[in-house]
This record gives sequence, C-alpha cells and structure tokens, in this order.
Amino acid sequence: MDIHEYQAKEILASFGVTIPRGGIVYSPETAENKAREIGGSKWVVKAQIHSGARGKAGGVIVCNSPLEVAQATDKLLGKKLVTNQTGPEGKIVNRIYIEEATDIEKELYLGLVFDRSSESIMVVASTEGGMSVEEIAKEKPDSIIRSKIEVAVGIQNFQARELAFGLGIEPELIRRASETIIGCAKAFSELDATMVEVNPLVISKQKQILALDCKMSFDNNAMFRRDKVSELRDKTQEDEKEVYASDRGLNYVSLDGNIGNIINGAGLAMASMDMIKLAGGEPANFLDVGGGATPEKIVKAFRLITMDKKVKVILVNIFAGINRCDWVAEGIVQALEKIEIKVPLVIRLAGTNVEKGNKILQESELNYIEANTLEDAANKAVAALK
Amino acid sequence: MAVIIEKNTKILIQGFTGKMGTFHAEEMIKYGSNVVGGVTPGKGGQKHLDRPVFNTVKEAVKNTGATASILFVPPAFAADSAMEAADAGIKTCVAIVDGIPSHDMIRIKRYMKRYSKSDKMTLVGPNCAGIISPGKSMLGIMPGHIYKEGRVGIISRSGTLGYEAAQQMKNLNIGISTSVGIGGDPINGSSFRDIIEKFETDDETDAILMIGEIGGPQEVAAGEFAKENMKKPVIGYIAGLTAPKGRVMGHAGAIVSAYGESAIEKVEILKECGVTISKNPSVMGETVKSVLEKI
Repeated sequence: MDIHEYQAKEILASFGVTIPRGGIVYSPETAENKAREIGGSKWVVKAQIHSGARGKAGGVIVCNSPLEVAQATDKLLGKKLVTNQTGPEGKIVNRIYIEEATDIEKELYLGLVFDRSSESIMVVASTEGGMSVEEIAKEKPDSIIRSKIEVAVGIQNFQARELAFGLGIEPELIRRASETIIGCAKAFSELDATMVEVNPLVISKQKQILALDCKMSFDNNAMFRRDKVSELRDKTQEDEKEVYASDRGLNYVSLDGNIGNIINGAGLAMASMDMIKLAGGEPANFLDVGGGATPEKIVKAFRLITMDKKVKVILVNIFAGINRCDWVAEGIVQALEKIEIKVPLVIRLAGTNVEKGNKILQESELNYIEANTLEDAANKAVAALK
Repeated sequence: MAVIIEKNTKILIQGFTGKMGTFHAEEMIKYGSNVVGGVTPGKGGQKHLDRPVFNTVKEAVKNTGATASILFVPPAFAADSAMEAADAGIKTCVAIVDGIPSHDMIRIKRYMKRYSKSDKMTLVGPNCAGIISPGKSMLGIMPGHIYKEGRVGIISRSGTLGYEAAQQMKNLNIGISTSVGIGGDPINGSSFRDIIEKFETDDETDAILMIGEIGGPQEVAAGEFAKENMKKPVIGYIAGLTAPKGRVMGHAGAIVSAYGESAIEKVEILKECGVTISKNPSVMGETVKSVLEKI
C-alpha cells in the first residue's frame, strides 16, 4: 500500500526526522491562508498523487506570494497528472501540500528496502540526491553506499554514523544526520513498511537536515496490525477495478489488452497471459481467483471482468485440484445464470474430474468454446477476437 | 530415500482442529502420509481424526517422535508457529499460509540462525502448495493423484502452475521423485537454490524442473549454482513475460523492481547457465521429455 508524500512526512517527523513546515489543503480558498500560517516568503505547492516524478509532470509549483499559492492550488486541484509512473490515464489530484521553500545546499538520497538477496533490511544512500535510485544505479553506481540492518537488534548508531560520513556530511551535522537515518529505519521496522525513500534528503543553507520529498509503502499482509497506517489508504489513487477486486479478495491488475482472464493461482495466471501473448493476443488483465476457485470468487470475477469495456473475449482457465472440475463447472454455470456475457467465452478446465466438469458445461445452456490445453485455450481466445 | 520427506516421515499438523487443518490432514492421511497427531493450543489431550492433539509442538514431538510439520494457522500467528516448530526440533516445516508479513519472515529467518546447520529446520513456504514425494508421502495441499512416481524433481513458486507441470508430465508418462512448492512470497523459507542443491545429491532424481516467475534474485541464483556445481540437467520456465514492471502480480514476490528480475532477463541468464528453457508453459512436460531422452 502506498501513501501520499505529506502522510509519509508526518510519519517520519514522528520518528524524529525534520521536515519543512507545511500543511495540506483541499481547496484554493484555504490555500492562501495556509501559506500565511506556514510563514516565510516563498512556498512550494505540491500535488499529492501516488507517484514520483511529479515535478517533471508540472505537479510542483514554486510560488512567491500567498496569492500565487492559491492560484497554483487552483490550477492543480482536480487535474489528472500524468507522470512516467502513472500510465497514460494519470492520477487525480485531490490534495495539495503547501510547504515553505528550502534553500538547498546539498541533495542526498536515502532509502530503505527489503533486500531479497540477503533477506534483510537494507539502507541505501547516495550523494546524488534528486535523481531516481535507478538513475543513480546506472549513472553514478560508485556513489551508492549500503548498510544491512540486523533485525534482532535494529539499526545501530555506528551504522548510521558510517552512512553519514560516507555521504560526506560535515562533522557538526553528523549527529543530526544519524538521527535522521535511525528515524527512517525505525519507521520502516515498526510500521511494517516495505519501502521508505527520502529523495532528496537535503542539507539546507541554514545547516538543517531536511526530508524534502518522501515516499513510503507498506506490506498489505501486515495491515491487520496497522490500523493507523491502513486508514491512510487513498482509493482515489488506485484503479477503480483494482479497488473493487481487492475489496473482494481477488488479485487483479488492469492491463491494456482485450482478452479478459479468470484464472486460479498467480503463477498459472501469469503463464496464461504469456500464452495469450505468444498466440498473438494481449491480456486485458491479470486475475487470480485463488487456488481454490470457489463459486463465490468466480461470480465476483465475472462481475469484475464484465465491468471492463475493453474486454472482447473472456478466457477462463482453472486447474482444479482438491476442488474438483465438476464443482468448478457448476460454479461457472451458476455464475453465468446471474451475469450476462456478451463476448465470446473460452473455458479450459484441467485436473481432477476434468471429464465430468466438461460434461456439466456441455450439458448446460452455456454458449462457450471448450479448450483442452493452455495453448489451445490461448489460440481459441485469440481466434475468437475475429 | 526421498529428498526431504520419506514414506514413514512422522508428520504433525499445526492448527490441527481448524477447518483447513482438518480438511487437509484428512487428504494427507488418505494419500498415505504418516500423520501422527497435531497441535492446537488449549486442546491438548483431545483426539482428532483418531490422532492425539497436543498443546505445544515440544510435547507433540516428545510423544510422537514427529520430525515434520505443516502449518494451517492464520497469517498473524504463522511466524510464531514456525519458530515453535524450529525450537521443538522439527526438521521440515511447510507453511501453506498466504499473507505472512515480510517483517515476520525476516524475523523467522533470523531466529533460525541460532541453530547449527545440522540442527536447522528446513522451512518451505509460506504461500505454497507444500511437498509431495509421489507414492511415499504428501506434506502439502496438492491433488496427490496428478503426480506419477518417477525420477524428475520439481521446484515451483506457484501451486497451480506446478500442478499443470505435473499433469503434463503424467500425460507423457514421466514421473516425479519429489515436488516442492517454495511459495510466491518475496522472502521464503527455502529458495530455488536450497532445494536444487538437495536434488543434486538425491539418488532418486535424474533431472530437475524449476518453475519460476518474475521478481527477486532466486531463479538466477539457482541457475548460477547449477552451472558451477551440478551434473544433473535443469529445465526451467519463467512465468510473467507480459507482466508490467513495478506491479505485483498476485504473489507478493512477483514484482519486477531491479535488473535481472523480468521474465526475459531471467530466461537469458538461465540459458547462459546451461538451463534448458521451456519456451512456453504448455510445453513444460515436452521439454522435460526431450532432456530426459538425452541423458
């Protein structure tokens, strides 16, 4: 789960990280006052969407008066911002963060992630702040320094110090820099985060160490014990169909093609999408109804797929194990009594009792195309497009 | 002897009396697995499926001599249960459960460092189908009848894609020595490399089919291990050719976030390591067959 920049900043501030003064507004009317309240003579108006690279997309505006702040807020609110991370449809701006401008002396990079190779939490830092971590890795790989956190004891002072010295921070600021790094590490560990990124972490001309832009992501699997974090979810930043799916226990990712998929198991779903591509088609989605493929999940899956207007063919591929094919077939028949399908439907069943399952489908009123193998299913789905 | 479990391996069910635990314990017993009892804290002393229930894993191990366990506990308690198994001297523990927080997985792995290599439990999963040695024992939730006895080892992240492979192989009359589902989570108990290494020394396995997917470094690590250390042929398939970068594809671990993690990149690297690649998921069985014919 992703959260907004301002939410991440509030969290990190509560862990002792210094952030510039700022405040959130939802309307241009309140923006002018908010700017006065924050004080200073220069402000940055920042569109809050779940994406990086907002600056390049025009989502960050520097203003020199409270009036300009109001105008910038007016310009951004309600707008769809398209960045290199949002996809062509962009993301809607419903919240604006107004922040006092910072006199930047130096921009650094600080990130924390799970490192899957060492299976530990890794702190990654670089002197090349402001660029994405991918760009840094490509263009200035030597600037990257890393430190592995031992989960049994958490980050140690010396580790934070080593990182701070490694970033070339001057001695009188080392203590503050270490506290910042430790704060980020604690937030990561204590809140079930999967990513904390402060980019840039800046040293201001006034010799403050400030988190200028922040991103945090959290482990969806841990939300049962993170009530406060889960309240920060902003569904307006997620794909409508994906929200519908996740609220109903389905794993769904919206894609650009026109062959809708209903599959049980994530691996089999990816493999089926691959087969569609190899057969010359494009999948409209990834959809995993879970290994069990219960009738309830199948009904929900058909509802979801029929919401997608791009879909011109539906491909159902279920490998039934302990849940037998006959039971899955009955589920499909029942689902399609409730939901009308206007596009060709290809069904491939495999596994336990496959003959019985296919017989139930054949004897039903269902108008569908039967397929036997993964390849056969993909070929028939692509052929049905014509 | 089979690679991880044997015919007589004594098995405990953790979360025995729950709905999931009961259902799959029955399936395992029907398959012929030697289920000797289970653990449900607070229900010790009762009988369930004609087998004793214990309050703690230690007590269960002491009374039954169990060396393997399988977890059917909710995600919030799974880490605790896995560590309890490790501490009670269980040698192989399969965590079926989907939804264990990554921070908990890191804690489990750290906790297990307290044991010497010879005493360390093999944790398989979470979010996996488990282990089956056809004709011997099933420590998992797979449909046992689709696995034919034979001499090919399977390692798969995905459950149903592993079933697909087993079925394709059965249709071609190819049998399986052991199939291990390692699960779709970013941090898991056993990696591809951990299991492939066990297969290399297993005298009942002639070749290994590795079914991977996008995300993470494990498939490549296993390929590099195979190149340096293995004599047995390895066949591979990587799912997720069409997966967009930066999106989680169902499995929490199926996300491309670095170089070498996309399906195309993994396939290229595995080819360089001498792994025979199944060109699509419909020909996993045929690819295994063609490799076996060359041995």
